[in-house]
Amino acid sequence: MTDQTAESIPIEKPVKPKGPLVYRQSIFTRVTHWVWVVALFFLLLSGLQIWNAHPALYIGEQSGFEFDNTILAIGAENTDQGVRGFTTIFGHKFDTTGVLGVSEARGRQNFIGFPAWATIPSTRDLATGRVVHFFFAWILVATLAIWLIASLANRHFWRDILLKPRDVAGLPKDLVAHATFRFHHGRSYTPLQKLSYFVVLVILFPLIILTGLTMSPGMNAAWPWLLDVFGGRQTARTIHFAVMVLLVLFFVVHIAMVLLAGPFNELRSMITGYYRTSPGTEPDAKETSK
Amino acid sequence: MSQLILSRRRLLGVGAAGASSLILSGCDQFDFLTNRNDPTRNFLERANELTYAAQRALVPHQALAREYSPSEIRQGMRPNGSTDPRDVQEYADLVATNFTNYRLSVTGLVETPMSFTLDELRNMPARSQITRHDCVEGWSCIAKWTGTTLGAVLDQAKPKATAKFAVYHCYDQMGGGLSAPEPYYESSDLIDAYHPQTILAYGLNDKTLPIANGAPIRIRIERALGYKQPKYVHTIELVDSFARFGRGNGGYWEDHGYEWYGGI
Repeated sequence: MTDQTAESIPIEKPVKPKGPLVYRQSIFTRVTHWVWVVALFFLLLSGLQIWNAHPALYIGEQSGFEFDNTILAIGAENTDQGVRGFTTIFGHKFDTTGVLGVSEARGRQNFIGFPAWATIPSTRDLATGRVVHFFFAWILVATLAIWLIASLANRHFWRDILLKPRDVAGLPKDLVAHATFRFHHGRSYTPLQKLSYFVVLVILFPLIILTGLTMSPGMNAAWPWLLDVFGGRQTARTIHFAVMVLLVLFFVVHIAMVLLAGPFNELRSMITGYYRTSPGTEPDAKETSK
Repeated sequence: MSQLILSRRRLLGVGAAGASSLILSGCDQFDFLTNRNDPTRNFLERANELTYAAQRALVPHQALAREYSPSEIRQGMRPNGSTDPRDVQEYADLVATNFTNYRLSVTGLVETPMSFTLDELRNMPARSQITRHDCVEGWSCIAKWTGTTLGAVLDQAKPKATAKFAVYHCYDQMGGGLSAPEPYYESSDLIDAYHPQTILAYGLNDKTLPIANGAPIRIRIERALGYKQPKYVHTIELVDSFARFGRGNGGYWEDHGYEWYGGI
């Protein structure tokens, strides 16, 4: 009797329904992705080193020393409580001691814009910062060119990056889905993903490269329109910095989304190219013919 | 028991030291790149040669740096680097006599080595330009520079075909303190030396060039950063290599790790 009862209880393992494993990321997408991880890391930290040589941002062609066109400045000042670090943004002054203006490294107080842990090298060394920055700037430009050519050729750009009217219409729904952490794993990207990658690859990357070139006096002679487009060399420097901030924000959200959407599957697709999709996704043509 | 507590304390101490050194190593593990002779650094530096080659290919050799309107001179020219080299006796003597004994020498790989007094330079055809000075630190400042085109001066000395670079020797000395003072010098290729905006500036914002900005003569190479604008210049030497000057990198700042071209 007891055996029978036991038998009658169905031992049901909760099997999560799986969609097919599809080949989603081409070798060009994967290689350029990881090259950018390395290049952007060095560009960011060497860029902050370079910025520390003159930790202020201006609007216009020149830097106002006898007039005011400063929109952001980091500095150290003597106060009643000793030397404090201050960051001034659009005239609003914040005490940023410990991180910006005044920070500690190797048990010593440093009077420096960004702290030692955020710069390459960790000590003040503009010359070395420039060596690192320009090397990886070339890497970024070259890989972006390779990625663009490959993505136009293999239709990745058309299929996954460019927003079609259907994607634009689907944006609000996808926004809600992401906000409630309900992720759909499809063959291509969701509208919000397409928009994010479009903004980074087609807007922010070219913008940070062009504003970087606008700071070059040599390039100013060749392409004077750069100065007109970006409103002067110091404005270009400010935009270069602002795009850096946006890319850091993108990085934070990108990592958060990878963790929330399933880091194993997401990492596998960016390493091997294969991606486990949600149920109902059409399998690869190769798979079905097997 | 007390031994146990001690060892536990020691363990905590070692743990804390280990953790903090891990954090520290996180921020300084690329500090080996600060060593000017590090092979990895020297590899990364080759990107600078690529930049130089790319800009020389892309930028027409005669392309002008932007010139601004007088209304954009909104402040004095910010002095940087050496601002008063009167600690150098030779220069102090020149200042004392108001530069009447100053001579600009053009030497090296030229048919006729020459020297010019300040009046001779001032009496040659002059060029004025309102340009933007871009310091390698990141700031910019617009000012009006007046002077003699360097190309015309070089032509009088008749450069030899073997000349590749112009080396600009200056009165001011950098460093000091623990390190021995090193005279400031700079160099450029002949494309920059013969660029129509490259001038031997003796005037700044319609006044005589002040000591803080390089009196009596400062070279303006308008398509390059501030450290390529040597002040207090006394000799221009045409050479086929700058290996024998300073540490052989073509300039004081170049000898201290900055790249030579200076156009970016």
